[in-house]
Amino acid sequence: MARIDDYREVAPPGVVDIILKLAEQVRGRRFVHVTGGRFGGGIAETLRAAVPTLGELGIDTAWEITGGDPAFFATTRALQAALAGAERVLTDAALAHYVEMNRINAKKLSLAADLVIVHDVQPAALIAQRTEARWAWRCHFDASRAQRRAWSFFRQFVNQYDAAIFSLPEFGRRLAIPQYVIHPSIDPLSEKNRELTPREVSGILASLRVDQDKPLLVQVGPFTRDQDPLGVVNAYRLVKKHYDIRLVLAGTAGDEPENLEVLADLREAAHADPDIVVLELPPDASLQINALQRAATLVLQKSVREGFGLGAAEAMWKGKPVIGGFAGGLRQQIIPDVTGYTVHSVEGAAFRIRHLLNTPELIARMGAAGREHVRRSFLLTRHLTDYLALLIHLTG
Amino acid sequence: MREARNPFVFIGCVELRQALDKHALDERELMDRLEEVPAGSVFYHTHGYFLRHRPMTVAYGNDFARWAAVEVRDEELAERLAVVDPFDFPSLEDLREELVTIVSDHLRKLSWVPRAESGGAFHFQQSHIVEVPLGPGVTTLAEFREGLAGVDASAIYFHMVEARARLGRRSGDFAEWLRTSLDLPDLADRIERIDTYMASLERVRARVLSLVDEALEEER
Repeated sequence: MARIDDYREVAPPGVVDIILKLAEQVRGRRFVHVTGGRFGGGIAETLRAAVPTLGELGIDTAWEITGGDPAFFATTRALQAALAGAERVLTDAALAHYVEMNRINAKKLSLAADLVIVHDVQPAALIAQRTEARWAWRCHFDASRAQRRAWSFFRQFVNQYDAAIFSLPEFGRRLAIPQYVIHPSIDPLSEKNRELTPREVSGILASLRVDQDKPLLVQVGPFTRDQDPLGVVNAYRLVKKHYDIRLVLAGTAGDEPENLEVLADLREAAHADPDIVVLELPPDASLQINALQRAATLVLQKSVREGFGLGAAEAMWKGKPVIGGFAGGLRQQIIPDVTGYTVHSVEGAAFRIRHLLNTPELIARMGAAGREHVRRSFLLTRHLTDYLALLIHLTG
Repeated sequence: MREARNPFVFIGCVELRQALDKHALDERELMDRLEEVPAGSVFYHTHGYFLRHRPMTVAYGNDFARWAAVEVRDEELAERLAVVDPFDFPSLEDLREELVTIVSDHLRKLSWVPRAESGGAFHFQQSHIVEVPLGPGVTTLAEFREGLAGVDASAIYFHMVEARARLGRRSGDFAEWLRTSLDLPDLADRIERIDTYMASLERVRARVLSLVDEALEEER
């Protein structure tokens, strides 16, 4: 497990010292994170690194998780989807069960602290049983287009918190409490982002049956319409007329019927063209994703709708220019003409791919700029400073 | 080597960002919201730009100019907003007045109101600065040089931007200490004249270091 001093080699100069000094101001305080699970997703990746590191800094930090029955989990999934803008049916009985399960969870969890941060939807109603501590609700998704009925139900809980935290200002909604903005981050020392030798990269790609004899375009992300992998295939086809390249689409489809349709279309495209590789990866395929991003010539994140989309930061950290959709946090991460491009269409993506393939020196320059941009703005060390600043600000 | 009467303690800072429930979809809304947001928000979108964009670019100078250029694609307004040097104004209210006047004058010449692309609204924010004292104080020019070379860039921001614009120390902390504690008025004057607006924090650091090196050379 990484220690705070290990980050000196990757963080900007002086940042670890800032973290150590900030921690001195709140040493001994108790800081509790509550999530709906301990596995999968960016929240878990961040907390797995942040919680022990904060502990090492002298902050008494704990990570609690809520449990429940299948009906509770089904309701929280539907509620979260509705709060993210999808149409879902939520019955009064299901919502009452959601509240009741949180009441039961509150009795089981150790929530005595100076600051409690509750992440996303599943544990959010714990606030009804709040302790003396300061409580903040951390929203990791774009809540700006929440379904009205779902939000009307959920808002009553959010407004009981002392503060809300969103990844971008545009992801928030009108609330009666202060709203802070904290970007998510990547852990540069995790399996997904640590340095790999060329030999390791080649070995992993060989195990995935991805040949490295041509320039690789890589998109990592769920096989959903929002991530637009079919748009990436179409952009690749426009480029393929001029450049002998290979496209790798790596991700998961889950069990949503719409996503399975996307996956079927991708498989059909791959069947017709051996240079299109579709890889279904398990959720814990961190090392494989790391290797694919490092092997890529260019990385795409051509989403038409996106949360923060940290895949862009992961790729930039590996020195790759990113061509991303004009959506969500991609617009925050990608500095056009400096670290990559944001595009609005398949044609726009194809144009930028061709431009970069034709200008190798620009690939190197943008890759280096992207790595520095991520070093300053999207590493775990910046996230730790934000958490410590929040702890100081909210607990005095 | 002369010793300072009072040691200088470098202070870094961390910016905790707060979203205000104020948004602008077009330039008229930008002007209206600019008139009503807290002064701290004007500060955040002008001076705070240096802290957030320090490594990459100062191409637009402030968030308003960047929004006009990138989201509205109104280069003329972007240019007019970009040249507003926030250090030229005695108070944030004067700075706010200048920004509102620029947008107002610009709109008066147009028969339409330029609008941001979908998803490109301007979201007003403000920040809470958490100060972080960095180590023991320095008492000589050589120690000051060594400390300045190694501190986090947020310390450059704090002493050269935050101190002057929000904390009322108009000379900036470096110049003030060199003048009053180390009796180096010429060096202080030269540091005070550094064009902070048109530089990144690293360039400001390099410029101060260069001036200090010259002074150290003269002392030898």
